Formats: sequence, C-alpha cells, structure tokens
Amino acid sequence: MIKMDNVHKAFGDNRVLQGLNLEIPKGSSMVIIGGSGTGKSVALKCVLGLITPDSGEIFVDGKPAGAGDRDAFLARFGMLFQGGALFDSLPVWQNVAFRLLRGQLKRPVEEARAIAIEKLRRVGLKPDVADRLPAELSGGMQKRVGLARAIAAEPEIIFFDEPTTGLDPIMSGVINDLIREIVVEMGATAMTITHDMTSVRAIADNVAMLHDGVIKWTGPVAEMDDSGDPYLDQFIHGRAEGPIEAVR
Amino acid sequence: MNPLDLLARLGRMALAALASIGRVALFAISTFTNMLRPPYYPREFALSLLQIGWLSLPVVALTAVFTGGALALQIYAGGARFNAEAVVPQIVAIGMVRELGPVLVGLMIAARVTSSIAAEIATMKVTEQIDALVTLSTNPMQYLVAPRVLAALVTVPVLVGIGDIIGIAGGYTVAVHNLDFNAAAYLKNTVDFLEPLDVISSLVKGAFFGTIAATMGCYYGMQSGRGAQGVGRATKSSVEAAAVLILATNFVLTGVFFSL
Repeated sequence: MIKMDNVHKAFGDNRVLQGLNLEIPKGSSMVIIGGSGTGKSVALKCVLGLITPDSGEIFVDGKPAGAGDRDAFLARFGMLFQGGALFDSLPVWQNVAFRLLRGQLKRPVEEARAIAIEKLRRVGLKPDVADRLPAELSGGMQKRVGLARAIAAEPEIIFFDEPTTGLDPIMSGVINDLIREIVVEMGATAMTITHDMTSVRAIADNVAMLHDGVIKWTGPVAEMDDSGDPYLDQFIHGRAEGPIEAVR
Repeated sequence: MNPLDLLARLGRMALAALASIGRVALFAISTFTNMLRPPYYPREFALSLLQIGWLSLPVVALTAVFTGGALALQIYAGGARFNAEAVVPQIVAIGMVRELGPVLVGLMIAARVTSSIAAEIATMKVTEQIDALVTLSTNPMQYLVAPRVLAALVTVPVLVGIGDIIGIAGGYTVAVHNLDFNAAAYLKNTVDFLEPLDVISSLVKGAFFGTIAATMGCYYGMQSGRGAQGVGRATKSSVEAAAVLILATNFVLTGVFFSL
C-alpha cells in the first residue's frame, strides 16, 4: 500500500502540493486526475524520491519511502514516462532490458534480450523492433516500448504518467487496454496520472481528484459520475464554468 | 542610485557567484567519488573515449598544424627585426609545447566536447531520461558523468601530446619549405631545446583542461532548465565556463611550473 500523509511541496512561490493525503491499497489501480499544473506529476515523483517533499510523509507498505536500500526500493517500481523517456543511444531491446543488464537484477545478455523480446511481444510489438533505435519508432510504439520497459523486471508497483498524451484515440485505447490487462495479470499496484477521462474509465479501480495541491475527492470509479463534488463534476464534464478557474 | 543599494547589489552578486562556485565544487567532488565507487560502466567509458579522444583528433590536428605554421611565420618575421630568425625552431617548440598546444587543444575540446556533453545531458534531462535512469536504479552521476569526465581526463593529455607534435611539424614544414631552414638542423634544435618539464607541463595541463571541459559539460547539462531554451542556455553556459576556467587554470599552472 502507498500512503501519502500531508505532503507539501513548493517551487519558489508556487505551492504545488498543499497537504496531499492519499492511500492506494495494494493491488489496486488508482488514477489521479486534475488540470494541468495541479501537481499530479510532482506527487508521483515524490513517491519515487525524484522530488523531495518539503514536509509530510510517504509510506510504501508501512515503511517510509526512501528509507533503507534505495536500489531495493526502486527495484519494486516500474514507471512509464509521459514522453516515453527512452534512451536515444540504446536500441529498443536494451531500453526494455535496461534494469536486467546491470545492478542487482543483472542477467546474462542473451536471457535479458529474450525477456525484452517477450515483453515487447506482450505490448504488441514484433521482435524486429528490438534492434531499432527509439527515434525510428512512432509515438505509439515508443509508448509501448516504455510500457515494456516499465514491466520488464515485473515490479510490484507501476506508475503511469499521462500514458495516452499525444496519441490518437485508437492508440490511446490500445495503451489503456494494455495497462489494464498488465496490471490485472501482474497483480501490481498501479498509480496513473492523466486528464484523459477515457483512460480513467478504462484503467481505474479508484479515482482521486487533485486540485490546488489537495485531494478534493476520492472514491471508486463507479461512483465518480454521482459524486456530487463540484470540482470533480466540472472536470469530468469538461465545463468552463465551475469552481475550477479556466484560466489558471 | 543609493550607495547602499549598490553595495547590496554587489553583495548579492558576490554571494551568487560564491554559491555557484560551491555548487560546481560539490559536483566535481561527487564526480570523483562516483568515479571510484562501483558499479562501473565500461561501455559508457569506451564510448566516451571514442567521442572525446578519437573523434576529436581531426579538429585538434588541423588546429595544431595551422597554429604551428603561423607561429613559424610570425617568429621569423618578428625575429628578422633584430636578426634573430634562427630561433624559429626553439620558439615554435617551446610555444607549442608549453602554451599553445595545451591551451588550443583545451579550447577546441571545450568547443566540441563540452558543448556536446552539455546538450546531450540537458536533452536527457528535459525528456525525463535522467529521471528514468534513477527509477531504473541507475545513478546518473555514475552512468553519465563519471565515464565522461574520466575519459576526458585520460584522452585530452594524449590529444595535447599529439597536438604538440603536429604543431611542431607544422612549424617545421613552413620553416623548411618556405623559409629555407635546414631540415636536420631544425629538428636537432627542436629536440635539444625542449626539456622534460616542458612536456610534463603540457600533459598535466591537458589533464586539467580535459577534466574541466567534461565536468562543465556535465554540470550545466544536469542543471539545465526546461525546453529548448534551457538546453541552449546550458550548452552556451558550459562552453563559456569551460573556456574561462581553462584559461584561468592555464595561468595558474604556468605560474606553478615555470615561475618557481
């Protein structure tokens, strides 16, 4: 389980997180929604230790995040970045098997390559993609390679940062289905941040609405449409009028 | 302007400058500690050797040969004013080995390698590849920075040595073919005049300049702001800082080696 307790983070005068409280039960898929610049990515990066919160605590399975062996802590996570964040200089298979080629999870090269090709197949990519460079792939293919990399070491917790941004509706649907299938198949805890409502309905068990640095509403995805929360209602219906200012 | 405001502004600038120096110093210390600490990344190191050393050879050779040739012409023309044309081999040798070889190679490396490292790492930062490395349990200081700085530390002295030789060869070619110097006498004067300390100082300067060039590229790349503008600013700042530091370090090292 991931628990964020009264987490604050500011960048200069910009107070992004202002007492974020959130719990993600083990094995569930939590989707955090909210407008651009509301701190969704910051919240996710705080859990991973990529950004240090100013105050508040974050726990993973009851233990403070970042305490103890950092490599072992990070080995429990997989992450799909918004732009893929594939390493330009490495062929696709080495991107996917990056964690398996070095560090605590190191495997023989042939075994790592075989796992990479299997993960590529799992996300719907053919083995001939393995030796291509990321720059030779389309945006959708890069996202799928990023997804393959996120699951390559079979992590317990997977983070998805805007998984469908920049993709056409069909490719978005493919990625959403893949994420749902993989999370269920692996029994992983998932935390996704997005403002794509189609993704929310496809991926989420639970939804949390982030606005002004705090969670305005959280609950099961089935209750989202009847929440009665004015912030959530405005967001999911895409209305310009409401408590969320259109110009921020 | 109120004198106190001016003083306050100067104070703020001084504090900002000191803070920058402190950040660079901490980064350099972290780089060297990460160089010594496993895991090591031999593939990254080998690629950096290729990029910094081998692929810089053409530009270093061209810079050195033209500089050596021009130096010979200048010394001949200047020496003619007081009947000292014969000192061309000695001055070309000492000028190239002690000063122009290391400084020009250092500046060419700053232009070619520092900018390339800064742009590459800054782009990686902007596209979240650095964050991705961290989530994949890989320390960017060990994976990206340490191999590049170590490769520069190893290869730039070699490039300086090659640049020195090619520069002297450029002077020799001009002197023998254009200024009618005797080839054997030119070579003998060159070899006789150079001392071991000249060569040692040249190579030590190369090691310092290479380390500075790569460290500045990595530092500004890692500190890059967002977007294309952030990458551009990181690249520009890295080259400026590397060039100024190389020239300042050259002055200090010259003092250390030859003023004692």
